[in-house]
Amino acid sequence: MRLNRFILVLLLALLAACGSSTTHSSSGSQTTAYIQNKGSDTIVNLALAWAEKYQSEHPDVSISVTGGGSGTGIAALLNKTVDIANASRQMQAEEIKQAKANGFDPVEFVIARDAIAVIVNPSNPVSQLTMQQISDIYSGKIDNWSQVGGENRPIVRLSREVNSGTHVYFRDTVIRLGDPKNKTLFATDTLLLPSSEGIISEIRQNPNAIGYDGLGYVPADLKKVAVARNAGGPYVLPSIATVNDKSYPIARDLYMYTAGQPTGAIKAYLDWIVSPEAQTIVANLGFVPIK
Amino acid sequence: MKKSLTWTETLITAVIKTCGYSAIVFVILIFFFLLREGVPTLAEVKLGELFSTRWYPIEAHYGILPLITGSVIVTVGAMLIAIPFGIGTAVFLSEIAPRWLREILKPLVELLGGLPSVVLGFLGILVLTPYLRILLNLPTGLTALAGALLLGGIAVPTTVSIAEDALDSVPQGYREGALALGATKWQTIWRVTLPAAKSGVLTALMLGIGRTIGETMAVMMVTGNAPVMAVKLSSIVSPVRTMTATIAAEMGEVANGSTYYHVLFFIGLVLFLISLVVNIIASSVVFKSKKRAERVLS
Repeated sequence: MRLNRFILVLLLALLAACGSSTTHSSSGSQTTAYIQNKGSDTIVNLALAWAEKYQSEHPDVSISVTGGGSGTGIAALLNKTVDIANASRQMQAEEIKQAKANGFDPVEFVIARDAIAVIVNPSNPVSQLTMQQISDIYSGKIDNWSQVGGENRPIVRLSREVNSGTHVYFRDTVIRLGDPKNKTLFATDTLLLPSSEGIISEIRQNPNAIGYDGLGYVPADLKKVAVARNAGGPYVLPSIATVNDKSYPIARDLYMYTAGQPTGAIKAYLDWIVSPEAQTIVANLGFVPIK
Repeated sequence: MKKSLTWTETLITAVIKTCGYSAIVFVILIFFFLLREGVPTLAEVKLGELFSTRWYPIEAHYGILPLITGSVIVTVGAMLIAIPFGIGTAVFLSEIAPRWLREILKPLVELLGGLPSVVLGFLGILVLTPYLRILLNLPTGLTALAGALLLGGIAVPTTVSIAEDALDSVPQGYREGALALGATKWQTIWRVTLPAAKSGVLTALMLGIGRTIGETMAVMMVTGNAPVMAVKLSSIVSPVRTMTATIAAEMGEVANGSTYYHVLFFIGLVLFLISLVVNIIASSVVFKSKKRAERVLS
């Protein structure tokens, strides 16, 4: 008898759970718009700031932002589990092919610009490097700071994980110097750290380390290295001004992708993102506005 | 009344049976899932390429040897720390410490075991690795040694807790008998109590190794994750990349069903096989010791 009652309660609970979930989703489509936004860890803080501001102005729109990496965001877009994918690199041909196989054309929006700063410990006397020197350091040809005008110390190379858009961008632009035929790889003893914080905390306490990270994430107490395109060329420190006038060599565009031309709330949100109001937030976070 | 009792009894028996069998079923299902997702690797990647020394999967360099050596060196290092400390602490708690001290210490050790590994990873990054770099004058503190120290710390509480239970369940008569024959306290512990609790202590060590080789988060945070071959003695103080950290760091990104995806599952399969072998060796040792004990008793 008691057992029967127990089963009845279980059944009721199950019914209640089903019932609540259906009412939840139906009320969602009527009164508010949900936008799922996922992808690049480089963009996540910016996307969060945008979402917060936009939601405070449009209480009927609810935006959820998650990170995980450009590849994760694009994969989620391909599986149609998000509305907007954030990416710090352009979609690859294979991903576009998969999108078409899933029945939609991905649409690309440039939403901000980003510069990658090469960073070292403040006690490191090296303050400028050429692209070629950085490439040689990361490919393992240069192993000691004295070879680039520093102290006699071993170089500890730090990088983001292979699944980071920043990693791929840095490899193609700096280590391979933008040459698609160049197949130079990271030296095997390059430390691959899973987060920006890992790189920053290691460089903060280790005078041997060299790393790279988005300009927006470099704290003031670390030393940014001035970079020159060629050996004779001017050495340029990364800043909003030098990225905008294209004199700083390691800068890129940041993207959002939607599955097909956006409509309704998603379109309104993307239109707002390129507006001057939203682009001031870009500057506040250390990225570079698109206009 | 009697009728309903037998009905509930049947039900309860069925539930318990399901629980028991489900453990076996789940292990088999997981194994087949790993096989299904991992074995296609062998068709897609040449064996020579798979067992090469370069791991850069986003450009189809699928050499998993650096990852295997990385896991092995960190695990061995951790066990070298965890075995003496674990057994030592268990012996102290069970045989030497006064009752009141044991009652304080054992819950504390078990509390340590419940500490999330990501918290230990934070401590590792902020305290352990800078200290190691300065102390040993290394280029960086993010090394296999840092991973081994943290993992040793993670394995010790598990080992202590189970080994102490095993030592505790050795009948008091064994110790009294040994002492009555004139053995010292040390001789009693080393020659009588520990051998009598051998199977339990071994189980404790195996669970410790299991936690060590499967541990991911703390390792990913402090070993530097550089996929270099860890085959020299100096590898213990250089960065390494373990199998678990590789799977955890890269699984979220791969396209479902790609070669890269299959290789990651293949690494999982290797990991599974390694812990299976460790378990089989352990249980064969335990069974053997039981047989010997039976021989002595008969």
